Formats: sequence, C-alpha cells, structure tokens
Amino acid sequence: MLGEQIRSVIVEVIAQIVPDEDLSNLRGDIRIRDQIELDSMDFLDIIMELRKRYGIEVPEDDYIQMATLDGAVAYLEPRMAHL
Amino acid sequence: MVSLARTKDSKIEMANEQRIVITGVGLTAPNGNSLSEFRQNLLNGKAGIERIETHYMGEVLAGVCHFDPLKYQKKKELRRGTRAGSIAIYCANEAVAHSGLDLTTLDKSGIGVYLGITEHGNIETENEIYAIKQYDYDVKYWSHHHNPRTVANNPAGEVTLNMGITGPHYTLGAACAAGNIGLIQGLQMLLLDEVDLALAGGVSESIHSFGIFAGFKSEGALASHSDPHKACRPFDRDRNGVVVSEGGCVCLLERLSDALRRSATIYGEIVGYATNSDAFDFILPHAPRQAECMRLALKKAGLSASDIDIVSSHATGTQQGDLQECQAIAEVFKDAPRTYTNNTKSYIGHTMGAAGALELAGNLPSFNDNFVHPTVNLDNLDPRCAIPNLVINKPAKVDKIDHIMNNSFGMLGINSVVIVKRFDGQC
Repeated sequence: MLGEQIRSVIVEVIAQIVPDEDLSNLRGDIRIRDQIELDSMDFLDIIMELRKRYGIEVPEDDYIQMATLDGAVAYLEPRMAHL
Repeated sequence: MVSLARTKDSKIEMANEQRIVITGVGLTAPNGNSLSEFRQNLLNGKAGIERIETHYMGEVLAGVCHFDPLKYQKKKELRRGTRAGSIAIYCANEAVAHSGLDLTTLDKSGIGVYLGITEHGNIETENEIYAIKQYDYDVKYWSHHHNPRTVANNPAGEVTLNMGITGPHYTLGAACAAGNIGLIQGLQMLLLDEVDLALAGGVSESIHSFGIFAGFKSEGALASHSDPHKACRPFDRDRNGVVVSEGGCVCLLERLSDALRRSATIYGEIVGYATNSDAFDFILPHAPRQAECMRLALKKAGLSASDIDIVSSHATGTQQGDLQECQAIAEVFKDAPRTYTNNTKSYIGHTMGAAGALELAGNLPSFNDNFVHPTVNLDNLDPRCAIPNLVINKPAKVDKIDHIMNNSFGMLGINSVVIVKRFDGQC
C-alpha cells in the first residue's frame, strides 16, 4: 500500500470514528486533534481499527508520530508496504 | 394582620417545600415515544412487541423502542455510549422539554440524575466476547470502551455528559423494581435538599443481551406466541412467561413550592412510597411482603386502600408472579370495592429497569382523561387472578381519579410501591 492509499485509509477510519466531523479540508501538516474533535479514546479507536484491519501494532511510544496525517502516513508506509 | 398573613404564607411555603411533584415526563416505550403517544396507544389497545434476532438464540420476541436517538445525541456520542445511555439521554431531555424548563437558564449543579436499572454491562461484555471470537479470543482486540460502557453509573453519567449537568448522578440497581426506586431516590434527595431538580426514573437496554432471554428460557419463563402482540398475557390462563423489552422513563421532580412559583403544569404529586424485601427466594415473588409494601406506602401517604383508584400492577405474565401479586392485591384491597387494577406490560412487555416509572407514567394522564387503561390480551381469565375491578381489554371510564398506586417488584425479593395523587391546586 502506498502513501496516498494509506492517507485515504486513515481518513476513512477517522470518518468512521468521528462521523459528525467534516474531513474534506483536513490538512496533513497540522495536528489532527487541532482540526477536529478527536479525543484520546477516539485516537485509541484509530489504533484498534488499524490492528483489526491490517494487523498493525502501534506502540504507545510511537503515538506522537501519528499526531498529524502526514506523520501517520510516513509512520505507516513502511509497515503497510506489504499490503 | 399583614404579619399574620405572612406567617401563614410562610408556613404554606415550608409545607410545599416538603411536597414533591412531577412536572415533566420523558419516555420511550415499544409503543410510544412521548407521554401523549404512549397514553393514546394504551387507550387504543395498541401493543408493541416484535421479533428480533439475538446472538446464539436466533429469533425471540421483544419490545423495541423506535425513538430518534439523534434528536439529542451526535453520531459520535451514539457510537461511544451504550443503548441504556442513549435511552436515558432521550428520556431526560424529553422530560426537561415537557416540563417547560429551559436547561440553559438552570443551575446545573442543582440537578440530580437518579436512574433505576435492572442490570448493566451485560450487553457490552457479551458483544466484546462475541467480537473477539473472530480473533481467537486474543484480548488485545478487547475494546478500550468496555469499562466506561459497563460501569454501573453509565446511563446516568451519559445524561450528565450530554446535558452538562454537574449535580450528582448514579444508578440504582433494583432488578425490576428499579423504575420506582429511581423515583423514590429522586424524591428523597429533594426532601433532603441535596438537589433542586431531580431527573428520576429508570431505563433498560436488556433486549440487546442474549443472556436475559436465555436465562428466562432456562427458567421456563420466556413468553412465546405466534402473534408477538399477544405474547404478554398477565392474568390469562394461557400466559407462558415474560416478554423482554427495552424502554425508559425519566420524570422531572421538583418541590411543589418551586413548581408553583414558575406556574408549572403538575402531572401528579408523589404522596407515598415504600420498599421492602421478601427475604424468601432468589426469583419467586412473595405475596405477604408485597402486601406489606403496599400497606407501608398507604401508611406513608396517610391513605386507606379505598382511597386508591387505580392499582397499576407489576404482573409480568408468569404463573407465580401473577398469582402472588393478585393474592397481595386481593388482601390489601378487600375492603376497597371501587379500586381498579390494570396492567401495562400486556402492551409493551417487561421493560425491566424502566418498568416501574414507565407504567406509572402511562397511568398519569388518567387524572385528566378519567379513563383507566385495561390489561390487554386477557381472553381467558385465570380464576385465581379474578380480583375485583380488574380492567380487561377495554378502558374503564370513571368519574374521577385521585390516587394511583404503582407496583414494581423484582428478583431477590425487592418490592417497591409508589403512590401518586392528582394535584388539585390545594396547597
């Protein structure tokens, strides 16, 4: 799976978790939590969904790298390359 | 003279602070999502039972509520919370709206939320176990939402989160007596001056748990019928058990003095209540303690049995439950020839933690419309349930209703009775 596909997957997962939010203008370089209402439980939902869908484990120490959309794509790209 | 008048007014004011009235009702039942719709369907004999699919058991009969959860919740709140929480949020918001109060102008630290529940957390636990089965029971797939969803205060806590209420909130586990117990708790907290408004009643999400159906089936007490609407048949010779339902009812309770000050519509005054324990059996009801509970409530209200116009029975459609309650009612009301008995579960099934509050609410409009709604599905009266003035299949028109007694009993031998009086403006 490549960068843009991964980006689409992440946005799709976020849309499922925060269905009231408009994600059409979500920027990649700003913290996701600064753009939409997304709390710690929602973030754990994203991690769980990646685990369920793709078997990807994100250790707690790496959560910071998932704070922005661009960061998440960069972090996940090598881990999802085989998919 | 002026000072004497003031003293008299002051005494009345003080007395009115110790009188608790119902000034708003929010509810969802399998046959109605507002008090007026519910009442209309009770008078029209419209039941609300359907077939649903459950894990492991397949098709079962259940009472399902069809309120719009998005009326008061965002999609995210709905996804994160529980069904009981959603029902509670709907009912609490409806109760406030019905009361005419504007939540935005209220001191939210003075509002208490007291909700009766039969059980809570079974659904989330069952669903999580069902879900991790596909991951070979690897618990790393267990949801981080499990704990906040299953803590026992969940439904009441979700109400406070949704409405921004910062006063006390908790649930009261009281089996199927819980709806009444929620009301009693709200009343007591108002009398103790702990809160200024109480959102009190009960909720149930039970139909989303297979366990409750399987449990009743194992007891030989799960109702079945080819026509779902006819499955719940209290007092009928052909009854064969409980229909499990979901539902909720939250009443807005306040002191009479406050209600009068804001010229609120008063739907009734809670003048008596009681709760006691059978100390007899895990599941079997016990007429002597039920009768005692009714008498205790009458004593607290300063009433005699003949003052009660309607006994809203708890009867669920089980052999033992119906017989024991009829025995208790027959004994307490033996010298009350004008007291009617009816039953609401025959329409909506057993809404568990909501039942007490919901069944009381269904009767409240009788203070104005002067009808006693009947028990339906009663085609062959069990002679052992032939108590005087049992209202069967058709509403009874009466001259006036002054007092309603609402019975609600539950497993482990918990009994609760609430008596509500028509508010006639007397202070």
